Amino acid sequence: MAAVDDLRFEEFGDTTTSLEANPDATTISIEDPGETPKHKPGPPKGLGREEDDELLGNDDSDKTELLAGQKKSSPFWTFEYYQTFFDVDTYQVFDRIKGSLLPIPGKNFVRLYIRSNPDLYGPFWICATLVFAIAISGNLSNFLIHLGEKTYHYVPEFRKVSIAATIIYAYAWLVPLALWGFLVWRNSKVMNIVSYSFLEIVCVYGYSLFIYIPTAILWIIPQKAVRWVLVTIALGISGSVLAMTFWPAVREDNRRIALATIVTIVLLHMLLSVGCLEEHVLLHPGGVMAQSTCEITGGTKCEQRSLASAWVSTVLLLQKTELLEGVVGTFKTNSISPGM
Amino acid sequence: MAEAVESPGDPETTTSRPLFAGLSDISISQDIPVEGEITIPVRSRIREFDSSTLNESVQNTIMRDLKAVGKKFMHVLYPRKSNTLLRDWDLWGPLILCVTLALMLQRGSVDSEKDGGPQFAEVFVIVWFGAVTITLNSKLLGGNISFFQSLCVLGYCILPLTMAMLVCRLVLLAEPGPINFMVRLFVVIIMFAWSIVASTAFLADSQPPNRKALAVYPVFLFYFVISWMILTFTPQ
Repeated sequence: MAAVDDLRFEEFGDTTTSLEANPDATTISIEDPGETPKHKPGPPKGLGREEDDELLGNDDSDKTELLAGQKKSSPFWTFEYYQTFFDVDTYQVFDRIKGSLLPIPGKNFVRLYIRSNPDLYGPFWICATLVFAIAISGNLSNFLIHLGEKTYHYVPEFRKVSIAATIIYAYAWLVPLALWGFLVWRNSKVMNIVSYSFLEIVCVYGYSLFIYIPTAILWIIPQKAVRWVLVTIALGISGSVLAMTFWPAVREDNRRIALATIVTIVLLHMLLSVGCLEEHVLLHPGGVMAQSTCEITGGTKCEQRSLASAWVSTVLLLQKTELLEGVVGTFKTNSISPGM
Repeated sequence: MAEAVESPGDPETTTSRPLFAGLSDISISQDIPVEGEITIPVRSRIREFDSSTLNESVQNTIMRDLKAVGKKFMHVLYPRKSNTLLRDWDLWGPLILCVTLALMLQRGSVDSEKDGGPQFAEVFVIVWFGAVTITLNSKLLGGNISFFQSLCVLGYCILPLTMAMLVCRLVLLAEPGPINFMVRLFVVIIMFAWSIVASTAFLADSQPPNRKALAVYPVFLFYFVISWMILTFTPQ
């Protein structure tokens, strides 16, 4: 005959307290979708942090699949199929933009903000805004440099828009495609716990480009030092968002391949930002790099100077990515070092 | 016949009586005249309308369309919440405005050594493909506006910017200088705000309430790009 006390629900408390009491116990944590996933500080003996990630991933994906319901059930030739990619509200888009601006170590952008609801609204319109921001700020900086010169005839360089559009849209779609293909290939070789769908990768890349919009607007300032500082900050923020998103997807792999993947991601991002700066500066005949000498000597010297500066910036930023690797590696060691 | 008509909405209340069971009880006797004339008023009106537009003079036809376009221009200039633009949409107004704008914005000659302003085709493509993209975007976000209605609204709301272009062209006939630029900047900003207000008044209601900002932002970007093209126009 069971006593009343036996029937009452027993509070087991938080996982951390119960783990302190009994370090050998296996704990399963089912988190609310609204809570942020934390790296569990004291994993039980056994699988270690892979179990944590597996639990995190499975629980979240189960919950979100249950919540999402009948997603993407229409065939691809109907309009409703494409409407599922625009199923976001205003506050969700703002949250995702905020998440891309503030990369917090340990918080995965895809897990936290996208949550099985990738949208195409953000990537498409952020890229469009970026294209026009680069073109307009380029025109404005050109205009400001030649302000006061009587003989200068201002021309709005319209062809720049199409060049910028091609570069940015190609980056925002082809690089995620390549990365997704690479991750799928590695997944077939090494059982990765975390895997992203193609649209989620496109989403991360699209939202990570948001930081470049204010950067492009601030590039109007004609000081070279200011521009380099701005582009370094932008690269740091968006590069770290990307690195933190993709680190859980590749860390199960061979360490060299994992590091090489992250380095490639950051390098491509850096190439984009440096390329945008150079294009902003090169194709404007009155740019900062070409102030007096280029107007006199002509085109070749401009290109040589800017290529040299591109190389120097590449080296500098490579050193920066090694620093980033070290930082990410420190996070990794921190997450697996339990209280021992 | 009233007793025979059962309300079809609540089948659970009908018992074993079948529908229209009472019809069999009605008999038509000889002394009730069953003859007359069945006229459907609407149909005769349409027929009358059709034949009249076929026979009317060309001037009447053109004037009717022009009056419709002019009425919509007035609705854009004094934006009130009215359904005229949405209900009787037409694409004549956007076409006239787009062609006017593109003609005024194009650069004089095709000189390739320095990039100039846009060509006629570039302006045309930007306006129409921009409008199509915004329409697709608002439909994908779940708006309940039809494709051509949205194109109509976006095209008509270019009217303030076209007027800004005319004013800028006139102002540029004067001598260039910072005052010239400030006047043009002021005019373009005012007209840009007017366009946004006018198009938002028509378009915002068709969106679900928690996505209004998402649907309005591309409209903002579209008119901003057109305003930029107008502001940076320099005559050759």
